[in-house]
Amino acid sequence: MAVRQALRRAGGRLLATQGAMAPAALGVAGRGLSTSAEPITLEIPVPFKGHNVEPPSRTVETSAQELTEFFRTMFVMRRMEIAADSLYKSKFIRGFCHLYDGQEAVCVGMEAALNDKDCIITAYRDHCTHLGRGGTVLEVFAELMGRKDGCSLGKGGSMHMYNKKGGFYGGNGIVGAQTPLGAGLAFAQKYLKVEGVTLAMYGDGAANQGQLFEAMNISALWDLPVLYVCENNHYGMGTAEWRSAKSPEYYKRGDYVPGLKVDGMDCLAVKQAVKFAKEYALKNGPMVLEMDTYRYHGHSMSDPGSTYRTRDEISGVRQERDPIERIRKLLLSHEIATVAELKTIEKEAKKEVEDALAKAKESPSPDSEELFSHIYRKSYGAQAYGADRKEVVVTLP
Amino acid sequence: MGGRRASLPLVSRLCTSVKPRNNWVQKRSFITAKDLVVEEQPSGEEEKRAVTNKLNLFSAVNQALLTVLESDPKSYVFGEDVGFGGVFRCTTGLRDRFGKHRVFNTPLCEQAILGFGIGLASMGNRAIAEIQFADYIFPALDQIVNEAAKYRYRSGNLFNCGGLTVRAPYGAVGHGGHYHSQSPEAFFCHVPGIKVVIPRSPAQAKGLLLASIRDPNPVVFFEPKMLYRMAVEEVPVDDYTLPLSSAEVMRKGSDITLVGWGAQLTLMEQACDEASKEGISCELIDLRTLIPWDKELVEASVNKTGRLLVSHEAPLTGGFGAEIAASITESCFLRLEAPVSRVCGLDTPFPLVFEPFYMPTKNKILDAIKASVKF
Repeated sequence: MAVRQALRRAGGRLLATQGAMAPAALGVAGRGLSTSAEPITLEIPVPFKGHNVEPPSRTVETSAQELTEFFRTMFVMRRMEIAADSLYKSKFIRGFCHLYDGQEAVCVGMEAALNDKDCIITAYRDHCTHLGRGGTVLEVFAELMGRKDGCSLGKGGSMHMYNKKGGFYGGNGIVGAQTPLGAGLAFAQKYLKVEGVTLAMYGDGAANQGQLFEAMNISALWDLPVLYVCENNHYGMGTAEWRSAKSPEYYKRGDYVPGLKVDGMDCLAVKQAVKFAKEYALKNGPMVLEMDTYRYHGHSMSDPGSTYRTRDEISGVRQERDPIERIRKLLLSHEIATVAELKTIEKEAKKEVEDALAKAKESPSPDSEELFSHIYRKSYGAQAYGADRKEVVVTLP
Repeated sequence: MGGRRASLPLVSRLCTSVKPRNNWVQKRSFITAKDLVVEEQPSGEEEKRAVTNKLNLFSAVNQALLTVLESDPKSYVFGEDVGFGGVFRCTTGLRDRFGKHRVFNTPLCEQAILGFGIGLASMGNRAIAEIQFADYIFPALDQIVNEAAKYRYRSGNLFNCGGLTVRAPYGAVGHGGHYHSQSPEAFFCHVPGIKVVIPRSPAQAKGLLLASIRDPNPVVFFEPKMLYRMAVEEVPVDDYTLPLSSAEVMRKGSDITLVGWGAQLTLMEQACDEASKEGISCELIDLRTLIPWDKELVEASVNKTGRLLVSHEAPLTGGFGAEIAASITESCFLRLEAPVSRVCGLDTPFPLVFEPFYMPTKNKILDAIKASVKF
């Protein structure tokens, strides 16, 4: 129940506009797109690896509806990131833009196992995580372009997306700084008996930050319900994991904190692992989840992504482990959808993204008062002046 | 116009929608040594600098590092991604030339980079640590403040980490946002025991960096990242140092003294040019070393002109301009004709889309010059 709720929240606004999709497909294509909730049992191909913990079973229960939702949501995320790529190249987005394509299975799989009582805090590669927590594509595009309709009113940009209702605490630029914050969120959840966990996400580069180990020690000491999710895409900017870490087995780095290594390109594996880890965390305390994933783009838009890895490697991963293709194969092999129906879903998703993009481009820039707003909660009465000292004087709100 | 735009380096093309920098780029695309009015140097360094190369800032830094690594076998350059040349290319070619035991990458851990550097320096080595962006230097702030600055003092001169030099790119770049544009020099100026040095141009950078590395005290060297590619200057090829704790008068004037450092000086120069059209003669001083700063020179200048304006990109409250203002007010109170003026960044986090409003632009400086003169 919670699973479907979460997925509905994630894909809800995306699906809502196409509420008549299933019946229409039924009418047109004969057998029709199956959106049944009947359980389908699947085996996860890549085994889990546990550290100080017995890994969960490789048999996972899913349903046609869930798989279709996975496909749709991931496709929207992929289109969104690619649209962001071209926006950056045409200078609509300036500054920094860190794209998540290739890693979509991590946030989509996570959301399938979480509900709205859980919190997520992540690093700067947060566009899709924001979407998973209830954000809309319009909010993401507007925020990227620094416009008013953005989720952070256009003041944050690519790296700082937040969603209060969805429990998404951002969006952090400084590497590793979000992990102790995650420990704090978990403490609040435990104290207030919310029955939720916090997922503090970080990357393989951040795994070498001291504050991560401080946070892990604190959470283990106080049995905080926090999951440290390491999105291991094997490259910290341009540095391969084996060149920056003595032990690239990040799930073992917690030492006394148990860990699980998960195939991060498989939505179902991620869902299984997070479900298992959440139950564990609510009873016992922190766990480290290492998601073995990959990003197709470079570290950010100013990084071509091919100076430290070969194009063969990138295309190899794209061919063999692409998360969207994996779900597509499942949908086709279990006869949940036909090729034509998937094409329809793709087309609708593309249209969704394009509409949001067009709307975001029309959104205005934030007003100049926003430069001074939200620094403090209440005013401290200081003044600042514009270009002309005599005329434009602003009292900071 | 289009042709001229196209010939500018990529960084400036990205920055052209930001108006203040746009004016700057069109009016003055490089600073040459000829434009500088240099005070009498005691040791005749001018004559020695015969052979020069036209270099930009990152190449000048690269040359300085090359010189140090060549001349001192116990010098090391390390930091995130320095092996392939660094994200700003300051360390290109060093690893190939000197090997991976002297030029090496560190993992993503600023606090450990600094701590490691302090340890290395305390054994008598020259440890040149690079922090990728000054915005990331804060995990290392504890090591700098509590270890590096106090090592000599607390050990009664038994040990010291004078061989430590920390290099970090700082400053606005047009699109950097909150975490790629900060100017944190004020945090370091509050710590006795370290030196803070900021160059304004390639030739200055090479000389000051060589001096900082060879100075027997830990030095934090901030490089204006805006100027890495944009500033091009004739830089002497040989090994030379510029004195630390010595400010430089860039142009002489009689009506008002302007003090600044780093990339901000180019804007101040433009403001001085415009002010001179209105008959205001400005004296422009590059502080170069922020602590310990050249109080005598600034005091002498203010005693001559009677007015002072300080400008920096960092926020106004608690910025280093406050220290200069307080100090000069204390020593030159009766001579001052107008209150000390500070034209600085606003007291907000460094904004994303609002950067043009935040920055202390040429017009803000010019306005303040005129207000001060007409006080």
